[in-house]
Amino acid sequence: MALDLSTPKNKIILDGNLAEAINGEGYQLTTFDKAVGLARANSLWPLPFATSCCGIEFMATMASNYDLARFGSERLSFSPRQADLLMVMGTIAKKMGPILKQVYLQMAEPRWVISVGACACSGGIFDTYSVLQGIDKVIPVDVYVPGCPPRPEQIIDGIIKIQDLVKNESLRRRNSDEYKLLMKEYGIH
Amino acid sequence: MTNLEIYNVLQKQFGNAIHSMDEPHKLLTIVVSAGAIIPILKYLKEDPLMNYLFLTDLCGVHQPNIVGEELGIIYHLHNLQANRRLRIKTYVSAKSPKIDTVITIWKAANWMERETFDFYGIQFIGHPNLTRILNIEDMNYHPMLKHYPLEDGTRTDKADSYFGR
Repeated sequence: MALDLSTPKNKIILDGNLAEAINGEGYQLTTFDKAVGLARANSLWPLPFATSCCGIEFMATMASNYDLARFGSERLSFSPRQADLLMVMGTIAKKMGPILKQVYLQMAEPRWVISVGACACSGGIFDTYSVLQGIDKVIPVDVYVPGCPPRPEQIIDGIIKIQDLVKNESLRRRNSDEYKLLMKEYGIH
Repeated sequence: MTNLEIYNVLQKQFGNAIHSMDEPHKLLTIVVSAGAIIPILKYLKEDPLMNYLFLTDLCGVHQPNIVGEELGIIYHLHNLQANRRLRIKTYVSAKSPKIDTVITIWKAANWMERETFDFYGIQFIGHPNLTRILNIEDMNYHPMLKHYPLEDGTRTDKADSYFGR
């Protein structure tokens, strides 16, 4: 059976964009990138690194009212080895910095980082000698969620932004020159 | 025993080593000389009349304007049986911030002295492990000394350009 690619009903919408997908009776064709991206984005395993009040907001985000499970992220991974998404929520003291970095290093590629709240993003109100002035001083960050603390809606918005990245980035972004340069800047090889 | 009685007993026992007394918020506070800190605290703990068995806290103070007495070491004692509290203050100079360790009297002083060293750089002579306890190990200054800024130098989001200045 010949496919007529010009008819609109044979094209489906993926991620809000007209995707390179072909629908027919009982089958669908798409690119590998799109299929894997879709699967990854909707099954992120977050590792919660909660050190203070933003962690409480995260608990609300996980619980039934806001329910992060709707986004396929209900399975928290407390082992960095199995996690895809590092969620840093709260003040990171300078002494905690190396530990955070170690947790990040233990995560396997592909990995993403979301920085939740003013303290994780910039140090917040703790402009002081003992506090790390933003986690991006020690590890690269994909999405920043501002707020002190941010509401669960904002955290969900951050997760959706991460999902957008996961869907639309190259499957092996770790092989890109840009990514390698970024890692080199953080001394990660 | 009233505060004055305690002070008089100490004065009789240690003479010139006891400098002055004060009662802010009815808390007996006695300033003593740093050299006599060990016998004084030992006496306060072991004398049955004094009976200050418990070292509540040990901390530091920095007062850079008072030359020769820039650094203070403050001991908070508690007589649990009579529920009496006592504060002992002593001062050393910033040039030679040294005082004997009181671990020989209270083992609990170990971490408190490390903390005081960490934040003020006071050397506790005889301490078995005088290293930083709260701050990150590679910190190269004592942050509670007033000539160091409270703010962190690596802050980037407070630059004037962000506020149109």
